Amino acid sequence: MSSSTINKPDAGKTPKSDRDTKAKKQHSDRVKAERRMGWYLAGPAFVVMLLVTLYPILQAFFESLFAFRLTAPDEREFIWFANYVTILSDSVWWQGLLVTVLITVITVAVELVLGFALALVMSKALKSLKGILRTAILVPYGIITVVSAYAWFYAFDINSGYVNAWFDWVPGIDSDLNWFAQTGTSLFVIMASEIWKTTPFISLLLLAGLAQVPDELTEAAKVDGATWWEQMRKVVIPNMKAAIMVAVLFRALDAFRIFDNVFIMTNGENNTEVLSLLAYRTSISRLEIGLGSAVSVLLFICVILISFAAIKIFKVDLAGTRGEKK
Amino acid sequence: MKNSSRREKIWWAVISVLVLVYALFPVASILATSFKSPSDLTNGSFLPSPGAATTSNYEQILVGDAQDLFLSSLRNSIGISLIATAIAVVLATLCAYAIARLDFPGKKLVLTTALAVSIFPVISIVTPLFNLWRNIGLYDTWLGLIIPYLSLTLPISIWTLAAFFRQIPWELEQAAQVDGATTWQAFRKAIVPLAAPGVFTTAIIAFFIAWNDFVYGISLTSTEAARPVPAALAFFTGASQFESPTGAISAAAIIVTIPIVLLVLLFQRQIVSGLTSGAVKG
Repeated sequence: MSSSTINKPDAGKTPKSDRDTKAKKQHSDRVKAERRMGWYLAGPAFVVMLLVTLYPILQAFFESLFAFRLTAPDEREFIWFANYVTILSDSVWWQGLLVTVLITVITVAVELVLGFALALVMSKALKSLKGILRTAILVPYGIITVVSAYAWFYAFDINSGYVNAWFDWVPGIDSDLNWFAQTGTSLFVIMASEIWKTTPFISLLLLAGLAQVPDELTEAAKVDGATWWEQMRKVVIPNMKAAIMVAVLFRALDAFRIFDNVFIMTNGENNTEVLSLLAYRTSISRLEIGLGSAVSVLLFICVILISFAAIKIFKVDLAGTRGEKK
Repeated sequence: MKNSSRREKIWWAVISVLVLVYALFPVASILATSFKSPSDLTNGSFLPSPGAATTSNYEQILVGDAQDLFLSSLRNSIGISLIATAIAVVLATLCAYAIARLDFPGKKLVLTTALAVSIFPVISIVTPLFNLWRNIGLYDTWLGLIIPYLSLTLPISIWTLAAFFRQIPWELEQAAQVDGATTWQAFRKAIVPLAAPGVFTTAIIAFFIAWNDFVYGISLTSTEAARPVPAALAFFTGASQFESPTGAISAAAIIVTIPIVLLVLLFQRQIVSGLTSGAVKG
């Protein structure tokens, strides 16, 4: 940064000469002007970000302390934390949490392996293929999640699908299999769509991490007779740990908010309801603003806890790996 | 040697085909479905029955019964996403410039806030906004979606642009001034050409995110006045009560995927660099 040589006015020392003091004063004026300019430029974005998130979550917390449904606005009543007690003592919440965690863990694990393979392919590919592969992989990244959900839904659906016909040689699959009538099979398709759509993102993060592994290290390992697998395990993966951690955390938090795929495919039927859907159905469909706000706040707390755990336990340095060196 | 390079080539061909199938198969699947007629939907095969392929689904959403529903949602999606992208990119450009070039206290706070906002569960914002928007008249309006969309587009724009701006050799500006250019000329001739690709790339990524939104779309709208495409898809119904909307939804899905594919085809390199430079540049 250009002005990393700022001298803070030092009260303890007496300046050597008048000229020196003047220079310092000018300097600090410039520093002040730069600081002011910094906030003029960054301020609007900062304020907007706070307005669109901090304010709503505070409002949600406030509303979560009331028994309040839009269908009966006059019966609004302050009930402290009773909504939270209601939710946390209801099996619907715990079922939703279980499904959400299950989806998060499985999709992130699969995506990490698949994304790593894709990243390796993209980094090693011949120049002429690189462009094609990247273009192809960006299609799932850019596609609307709802479109992905419908594509997978229609392929598996018992009426419009062809998967049953294609895979009837697999034990357990025949033309009568209704994928969306049971929890396990529903979640399988939901996760397939989620994995397809979001693996490109994780693979691009990992590709950037791969690029940071010094070639000399892998070459040296090769010369020393390390097998491909040993090179990966001993050299490449340890050197891109930071990138892996960031990719996993980002995807985990994203997967934890899963909504679109579930809404389109099952709408929470057959025990596939995830927490976001529970919040949506409570507040938007049933207009139970008090209860719904409490679910929203609890979901928010879950996300905070996951990030906190990741940063404290796994020492994920988000700022450090996301570009900010300071 | 020649042999091994040939084997390598075959290997790469196989791997590339696998990646292509992985990336494009679901799109091909819904494309095939979009050409099936209602009676052909249950044929149990990937493609429409021979000779039965039809464009009636496209006609239905573009000029037929469902055109009001689809075309208005398309207009909403394009307008709302473009405006939300534009606002985010302008605010983020100013913000990222300050982060990359100026020294001011709270720089880290701004970046951390952007990070925190980007992991914020959307559904937690929706409930309070739903209630508030109804009270102040923003429910089911464009503005009512543009404002919350900023929570999606702004953080990633700030991160991506800050990463881009850090790589710009800002000395060029001074060099141009030494060569006699005015401040404005120096900025316009030396800096803008270097910064523009980053801003443009950021705009594409932000647009993808706004275009993809579903939660805000179904929660904060109720009519064709503001309902965006993803939400409209979920509310599609068949031409009659007994007809499934599968074909129409598939056709609409393909139409809204076309802009994505075009952007990806044209700007693949920029999008990849935008997504990765914002990520790991320690």
